[in-house]
Amino acid sequence: MKSDPENRTAGDLLLDMRNIHIEGFSDDVWHPIIKGVDLKLHRGEIMGLIGESGAGKSTLGKAAMGYAQPGCRITQGTIEFDGLNLREMDDAHLRQLHGSRIAYVAQSAAASFNPAHRLIDQCVEATVDHGLRPADEAKSDARELFAALQLPDADTIGERYPHQVSGGQLQRAMTAMAMSSRPDLIIFDEPTTALDVTTQVEVLAAMRDIVEQFQTAAIYITHDLAVVAQMADVIKVLRYGETVEDAPARQMLTKPEMAYTKSLWAVRSLEKPQETSEDIILRVNGVDASYGGAIKVLEDVTMDVPRGSTVAVVGESGSGKSTMARVITGLLPPTKGDVLFNDEPLPLALKDRSKDQLRRIQMIYQMADTAMNPKHTVRDIIGRPLEFYLGLSGKKLDERISKLLSMIELDDSFMERLPNELSGGQKQRICIARALAANPELIICDEVTSALDQIVQEGILKLLLRLQKEFNITYLFITHDIATVKAISDQIVVMFQGRVVEQGMKNDILSPPHPDYTQLLLSSVPEMDPDWLTRLLESRAQSGAMNASGN
Amino acid sequence: MSTDDQTYSAAGEVASVALRRTWWDRTWRSLKKAPVTAWFGMIVIACYMVVAVFAPFVAPYGESEIFETPYAPWSSEFWFGTDQLGRDVLSRLVYGARNTIGIAVATTALSFLIGGSLGVMAAINRSWLDQALSRFVDVLMAIPSLIFSLMLLSIFGSNVINLIIIIAVLDATRVFRLARAVSLNVVVMDYVEASRLRGESLTWVMRRDILPNILPPMVAEFGLRFCFVFLTIASLSFLGVGIQPPTADWGSMVRENAQLISFAEYDMKAAMTPLLPACAIALLTVAVNFVVDWFLHKTSGIRDEK
Amino acid sequence: MHPIVRTVMQRLGLGLLTLFVVSIIIFSSLQFLPGDFATSVLGQSATPETVAAFRRELGLNDPAFTRYIQWIGGVLQGDFGSSFSGRSQGRERDVMELIGPRLWNTLFLASMTAVIAVPLALTLGITAALYRNSFYDRMVNATTLTTISFPEFFVAYILILVLATLWKVFPSLANVRESTDLIDRIYMTALPALTLTLVIVAHMMRMTRAAIINLLASPYIEMARLKGISRSSVIIRHALPNAWAPIVNVIAFNLAYLVVGVVVVEVVFVYPGVGQLMVDAVTTRDIPVVQACALIFAATYILLNLFADIVSIVTNPRLLHPR
Repeated sequence: MKSDPENRTAGDLLLDMRNIHIEGFSDDVWHPIIKGVDLKLHRGEIMGLIGESGAGKSTLGKAAMGYAQPGCRITQGTIEFDGLNLREMDDAHLRQLHGSRIAYVAQSAAASFNPAHRLIDQCVEATVDHGLRPADEAKSDARELFAALQLPDADTIGERYPHQVSGGQLQRAMTAMAMSSRPDLIIFDEPTTALDVTTQVEVLAAMRDIVEQFQTAAIYITHDLAVVAQMADVIKVLRYGETVEDAPARQMLTKPEMAYTKSLWAVRSLEKPQETSEDIILRVNGVDASYGGAIKVLEDVTMDVPRGSTVAVVGESGSGKSTMARVITGLLPPTKGDVLFNDEPLPLALKDRSKDQLRRIQMIYQMADTAMNPKHTVRDIIGRPLEFYLGLSGKKLDERISKLLSMIELDDSFMERLPNELSGGQKQRICIARALAANPELIICDEVTSALDQIVQEGILKLLLRLQKEFNITYLFITHDIATVKAISDQIVVMFQGRVVEQGMKNDILSPPHPDYTQLLLSSVPEMDPDWLTRLLESRAQSGAMNASGN
Repeated sequence: MSTDDQTYSAAGEVASVALRRTWWDRTWRSLKKAPVTAWFGMIVIACYMVVAVFAPFVAPYGESEIFETPYAPWSSEFWFGTDQLGRDVLSRLVYGARNTIGIAVATTALSFLIGGSLGVMAAINRSWLDQALSRFVDVLMAIPSLIFSLMLLSIFGSNVINLIIIIAVLDATRVFRLARAVSLNVVVMDYVEASRLRGESLTWVMRRDILPNILPPMVAEFGLRFCFVFLTIASLSFLGVGIQPPTADWGSMVRENAQLISFAEYDMKAAMTPLLPACAIALLTVAVNFVVDWFLHKTSGIRDEK
Repeated sequence: MHPIVRTVMQRLGLGLLTLFVVSIIIFSSLQFLPGDFATSVLGQSATPETVAAFRRELGLNDPAFTRYIQWIGGVLQGDFGSSFSGRSQGRERDVMELIGPRLWNTLFLASMTAVIAVPLALTLGITAALYRNSFYDRMVNATTLTTISFPEFFVAYILILVLATLWKVFPSLANVRESTDLIDRIYMTALPALTLTLVIVAHMMRMTRAAIINLLASPYIEMARLKGISRSSVIIRHALPNAWAPIVNVIAFNLAYLVVGVVVVEVVFVYPGVGQLMVDAVTTRDIPVVQACALIFAATYILLNLFADIVSIVTNPRLLHPR
């Protein structure tokens, strides 16, 4: 069953899945997850499997190993791997394939490494267990793989335990683990989703190089189109457990056939002309903040928000951008500095603010699921601020709720629904309506679109822009997604490690020259161009000159 | 829905959305799907409640009515015979249901009142109050509760009021822990933060945001705590330091008639007499456990996946 | 200092602190005694002088702090004062004298139970978790759910009915004496030990099963399966090293439960242990004996939990191999 890497000929059919049906068990019934999907993969080929959450891409990826995750079952179809029928194989033979000829790289490396064993032991475990190589040989090979994947201290890092290395390093170690047995096929299951953009670039580059070097075929599962554009030779788009479109990567990016595929691309085209105003509604002035300890989460942060415009605060996790929102809302009183609203200082602590001050600043959260009480109906949720701030009741209240629902493009039939009776996008719309109900002047949007699927994101962003025009609302838009920033902002504030790196008009910030960090951040954001990663790496190799591929 | 609809509308957007159903509809649906064990449990609990409430009508004789023959055998006159003083065992079983269950329910309710409210308050407050209460509870829980209640009963003396208060206070520690833990899960939710940002009062947040969301685990816990309290009280009564005579109660009935077991060779029925109240205790706890098990399974959505 | 040593020291310190606070609570219980208490201990015939002397002896006139120091000083040297019982007849006995042999009996019963129950429960729990949802699993589950709902005395009397009166396999009374030799002792203790085993195995097995199932649901176990590692290696190499802490916790929790369970069982079988002594002392309101017994039970309970904490600390790889 062993295959010699030297004898691999690219182009032969390696994996042939035909008419796959998979069902999942929930709410006491089996319901279909994958409804008749075909998948063909040739040797040395990388297939990008994309789709929104719930499209069944991860389930399909695991099925390519002949494995149905707990709570799922494969009901129909054939899975042929190099001429072997995986569905008819017994467990013992399937195990012989797993970890030797087919390997898997999981989304969360931190949870998928056993905390009790050293990295290198886990990396070579399958190779040694399957008798492919003796332990010491496998280990020295693993060290070479670590080096190839550009892990620091490649000779010794394997002696560490999983909790002793960073997330990006773990993800690379897991790639080394998959590669250790020189498999014919690797399944990458959203391997970079949990990483920051700047880390993601390094991991992507390392994975792509090693897969190319060994001519390994791979299925790369992701929801991020730009990432898949860098990795894949062919792309398969899934939706509701069915194939929407199959095409070579370049063709798919330039000439998508199906309307759904086109709509996935469309969000990138949303663009807003930048505007500004001299009237400053919110001024954050020299603010320091910390969570009790000595470590400052924010240090000397100053920024201005002009009325009626959208200011985007960008930065990676740990940059302090969410803490800034907490300071402005009064949840975390700053240790130094002040916050001016309409030129008047706001009381720093929430409890000292008046009802009217609270009303003027509203907030919308990233996870609409947790931002609404699951036991309250839509009427309760939207109605409460109306009662609380404006003292509406009875018929007036109902009319106003109905008006707000129509503003967010929903109708009265939603009034009595509970949050779990709404879809993701509808939930976020209700949250917007709740904020709107207070007649606010400023709305803080904390990553409001990042938990949503591409097509829904677009709808929400359009809605926000329309409401801004209608009611002259100011947005403070916290996000890590540069594409969203380009689409809706007027001004940009770049944050890094609790400090403001840069603030300015969108077009100024997005065009060179940049400070070093802004440069790194902007250049790390994957673009829809399949050559983007190659060019980026080349330009970075040329000593990080300023002429990196910008827009 | 077609795979390829081009027009996007917010209202038409569907995902894995739960269907709209009324409360009654939902309850009825889950009842219909309830396993046999849960149905068995619910029926048993209902029977016990009827007996406890209508004890004077169900029992053939009075609670402490004394007849001539002590230890009378089972007969048509005294279905389960009489006890060491000549009281009808069946009647005492029936009144025992009222006393034992009544006291256990009162105790559990009191312990939930104390532990539940303090737990929710500690979770919201999260400052000195939380620290103080949590440390205090840690220490109380470091003493096994049966031992602690034995000690306290020896000091304050055994009567029903003391019994209820002591056990309720000791049991409140466990309720406090759970209430605090589940409330903490709710308190960190964005919707609680949203309510605070709106400027809502603490009582509004407790009543409208926290309470409805911690109710299911607390209801399940009520069942479990009831079992525990019920068994503790029965054990204490059995040990002779719980509910005192002449009040009929199942724990002390076991103790009073225990010698009869040694007559099993001569009169099997008589030997069963002390086991009847014990059996009554066991049946009720089994029933409650079955119902709670099903309820937890249903509300937590945890499934043993295959 | 290695972080593990530091964490263990912290935990030990916390355990000692808890013991200290518990001793204060137990001691101060004496404060709440009702005023006529001396009369009820000494009998109606006691003269006011004897009562006054008794109050003096209890130290009710000294400040509480002084009395606590004296009491805890005595306790640390194994002196719990003297019992109230028989005081009205002018005979008093040292508490330690009463407890000493009984403590030994209780420990014997508890360890006999533990020796049977722990291996049995772990085997049942682990196999039920591994063969989850099988017929075997469901049987074990239903049986144990029923058993944990039974009061100890119910189990005890059923065993007596079946194994002592209908079939005279074991004696129904376990009134061992100091002179009883080991074989007889085991024979006489069989029914109480069996009762406790039945009760405790149910709890322990359910908790073990839950802990193992929780562990097997971790992503790293799925990863190991997807690496094609054999079933037995997944369990031995990947699950077991992470299972020590939960398993030890389950054992300690149940041994602590056992400590309390003995009280009822000892009374049913008239077994001369600390539990029975305590119940007798509660009925006669013999406070020094109650205090001593409570302190012994509480200390055992705290120490067992402390032990479990320390085991989970020293088997935690994050603490073993700090960054």
